[in-house]
Amino acid sequence: MNNFAITPEVIATHNLTFEEYEKILKILGREPNLTELGVFSVMWSEHCSYKSSRVHLGRLPTTGKRVIVPPGENAGVVDIGDDWCVAFKVESHNHPSFIEPFQGAATGVGGILRDVFTMGARPIAAMNSLRFGHLTEDKHANRNKSILKGCVEGIAHYGNCFGVPTIGGEVVFDEAYNLNPLVNAFALGIVRKDQIFFGKASGIGNPVLYVGAKTGRDGIHGATMASAEFDEEALEKRPTVQVGDPFLEKLLLEACLEAMRSGAIAGIQDMGAAGLTSSSVEMAARAGTGLEINLTLVPQRETGMTAYEMLLSESQERMLIVAHRGREREIVEIFNKWDLDAVVVGKVVEGNRLKIFHNGNLEADLPVDKLTDEAPRYERRKAKGERRKLKTKNRKPKTEDQNEALKMLLASPNICSKRWVYRQYDTMVRTNTAILPGADAAVVRIKETRRAVAMCLDGNARFVAVNPKIGAKLNVAESARNVVCVGAKPIAITNCLNFASPERPEVMYSFSEVIDGIKEACEAFQTPVVSGNVSFYNETDGRGILPTPVIGMVGLIEDTHKIITHGFKSEGDIIALLGITNDDLSVSEYAQTILEFSTDELIETGEVPEINLDLEKKIQDACLNLADECLLKSAHDCSDGGLAVAIAESCFSSLNRKATGAEIELKNERLSTESLLFSESPSRIVISFKAEDLERVSAIALENNCPFEVIGKVGGEDLKIKLNEAEIVSASTAELENAWKNSLENQLGVEN
Amino acid sequence: MKFGVVVFPGSNCDHDAYHVVSKHVGQPVDFIWHKQTDLSGYDALIVPGGFSYGDYLRAGALARFSPVMKAIKDFAAAGKFVFGVCNGFQILCESGLLPGALMRNSGLHFVCQHINIRVENEKTPFTSELDAGEVLSIPIAHAEGNYVCDDLTLAELEDNNRIIFRYCDENGEPSNEANPNGSRSNIAGICNAEGNVLGMMPHPERACEELLGSNDGRDIFRSLTKAVERMEGK
Repeated sequence: MNNFAITPEVIATHNLTFEEYEKILKILGREPNLTELGVFSVMWSEHCSYKSSRVHLGRLPTTGKRVIVPPGENAGVVDIGDDWCVAFKVESHNHPSFIEPFQGAATGVGGILRDVFTMGARPIAAMNSLRFGHLTEDKHANRNKSILKGCVEGIAHYGNCFGVPTIGGEVVFDEAYNLNPLVNAFALGIVRKDQIFFGKASGIGNPVLYVGAKTGRDGIHGATMASAEFDEEALEKRPTVQVGDPFLEKLLLEACLEAMRSGAIAGIQDMGAAGLTSSSVEMAARAGTGLEINLTLVPQRETGMTAYEMLLSESQERMLIVAHRGREREIVEIFNKWDLDAVVVGKVVEGNRLKIFHNGNLEADLPVDKLTDEAPRYERRKAKGERRKLKTKNRKPKTEDQNEALKMLLASPNICSKRWVYRQYDTMVRTNTAILPGADAAVVRIKETRRAVAMCLDGNARFVAVNPKIGAKLNVAESARNVVCVGAKPIAITNCLNFASPERPEVMYSFSEVIDGIKEACEAFQTPVVSGNVSFYNETDGRGILPTPVIGMVGLIEDTHKIITHGFKSEGDIIALLGITNDDLSVSEYAQTILEFSTDELIETGEVPEINLDLEKKIQDACLNLADECLLKSAHDCSDGGLAVAIAESCFSSLNRKATGAEIELKNERLSTESLLFSESPSRIVISFKAEDLERVSAIALENNCPFEVIGKVGGEDLKIKLNEAEIVSASTAELENAWKNSLENQLGVEN
Repeated sequence: MKFGVVVFPGSNCDHDAYHVVSKHVGQPVDFIWHKQTDLSGYDALIVPGGFSYGDYLRAGALARFSPVMKAIKDFAAAGKFVFGVCNGFQILCESGLLPGALMRNSGLHFVCQHINIRVENEKTPFTSELDAGEVLSIPIAHAEGNYVCDDLTLAELEDNNRIIFRYCDENGEPSNEANPNGSRSNIAGICNAEGNVLGMMPHPERACEELLGSNDGRDIFRSLTKAVERMEGK
């Protein structure tokens, strides 16, 4: 074994505390060598061990009649009927995407795709939730632009070449993400119920194969990097960002699926964060076995690599496979057909030791269970943050002309069309995409059945910052509503919890509250959490991001003929609102764009909308009943920008559909004009249907105890809104659509 | 009648082409691995979209050296049908089965969206079920679709009606605004001198169902099926 002195400095550079090191000494009964210390440091990093979040994550609901694989594996698996399942997960790649946007985002996509096909599922859809600082009027604007461009190109580069359609997600701008962008990548795959694979090193004597790309020195200590905050020296960490090769990943996918079909695989696990170390430790831990690995046999693309480097490398596009004994030859042949390396590098052994050999020396000899089960777990201190309770200043709106306000909102960064982004993604490969990006939720049909799967990724960090528990409930409710709006019944979620340093009590307080909020909402909608990821330490120069949970909701549509889109379809159709508008302007796009509140001011002065999960459920049930009876011509979630924005978006053109106008007549004495138009009350859906179906539609709303109000009809070329007979909005749809459609390009300063 | 869909490492529209031929055209179809050199038994080959060999060096540049390509050249020389879509079109140009080349889009980005193309020549094995001047809504998805060729080649393509599809607006006008990638003369698809090899950048296999937004691509596959039937009848 190597005998490099383990000094306090060495321990500190491995991001281990003194107490943690003491624990290592106790476990081993001796000093670790440097290689062993490296293994402990990545396995016990926040990223791999969830040491700050574990005590809270246990509160999330994870069971349900559709849940086939709950959290703990590479991805969650949910039954969608007829013996088919979907496997899905969302994962963050925030830190690498800040340091090197293109490769950071690209490898984020690569990692999540591997998580899905490791389960035996062929990826059929990808989404991304992206958060950046503002592109204009900000001292970091240029930097933010280049991060956005880099991330989008990286995602496109990886997903397009791999051949998975990138069909949705969100792009959000807020000053809170200056120098700390969030890149959360989601993937969903399809697998037969009896062909699901697990990351288990089972079967004593079974050979362990290394397959895929060769190992290099890239990404060493990526997991520990992702477990620390950033400072000015962050860019020096660039060498720890991995480089992705989507072509290799495509070959790896095909080879893995073919090898799985052969029946020769006992267990399989992707080498993600902490590479060979975490994959072998996790596989052995799940099976309660030991492993012997000979690093000399590992395919390498650099010379002179040490055991330390090989164990901690995060080279991409690699997998660890445990084969049934005697069938390793078949696996090697399949991988060779796809021009990939597949080498037997070790075997499953009795006991619980992970033994690593290199050049004939035993380089590490560690107890597997201690690396996982006995990883530190912190009940970190939590304390409610002090809100600086600013008095709401009476702000003069930028404009009192509601036409002008509506147009400004439609062009605002968070509401405007994200076409510039998603046009760079292949949204249609695999020919399943029934709803293209830009809708409430994306939909892919499942060719093997009559069904389709809907999915969306949503966060609403400002609400969460004001009140983490209610904010989280609003977040889950909105994501459920989004899939309901395309006609899908919500069935399960995955989540990505992006937070600042867990060592700050106010961050831990909001984290814990968010868990409780998600729990309550998921129980109300019967959507268990089947997978997810926690990303802490999202702060740069001592400034943390807003607490940003991102919910990936998956819904099921029984019949592809019952898919609903959000655009108004025909002249004369009736427009109605399911739900009730309240005065919820204080934390809204209106407050930010028209009243010019900064995010800090919004959070310090605003109040979150109330959310009644019972009412929310009634509204969603009514919408689903209407969809099921094929009564809906359109349905659109009413959220950012409020009712006026939702109606305008339903007027805009889409594939095979020209833009249309609408005439809306609101009656209300309770709310201000601004609130009626732009309030962001939850639990609202704008629907349209044939005039002759009015009776049936209102009856269904009544049966569900769902507030229902006819508010207008489709037609003309203008969007006209009257309040108590007085016209408050009258604008040409074409003009509104132009403002909405071209805004992002204008902010980026690129051609339309 | 038998169709083949060629699979290179990195092809990713192979399953889509297979699906359309088997499900919507209703004809027998096999995947053909890029190392296969015996193509007897096949009447029409589809060279599908994707990123063969990761688009390393240049889109389609490495695929031309694949063992199956020599066989495809013989196959085409025998008058059988070869249909390249997107990366398939790039491969056919790189291997010399079609003239010209596909360069980086003028906008420099990958572009995926539904666009319109106009049928310029309905008297080919790939367009017989369509009308001249007909406008089809078919998606594109590429970063290198900017068709270039020299003046002589363009004249030859034009004089012999070998430009099969042009990018156009919804009224069938091949305008600059309707050109999504800067292609010379709005060219979206061309055929060889004999008329049995077609390459096009748009993806007709993605436009065979209302559910996906368009079924305008079906008639191209139906035309090809009829052409094979006619050949078998001879």
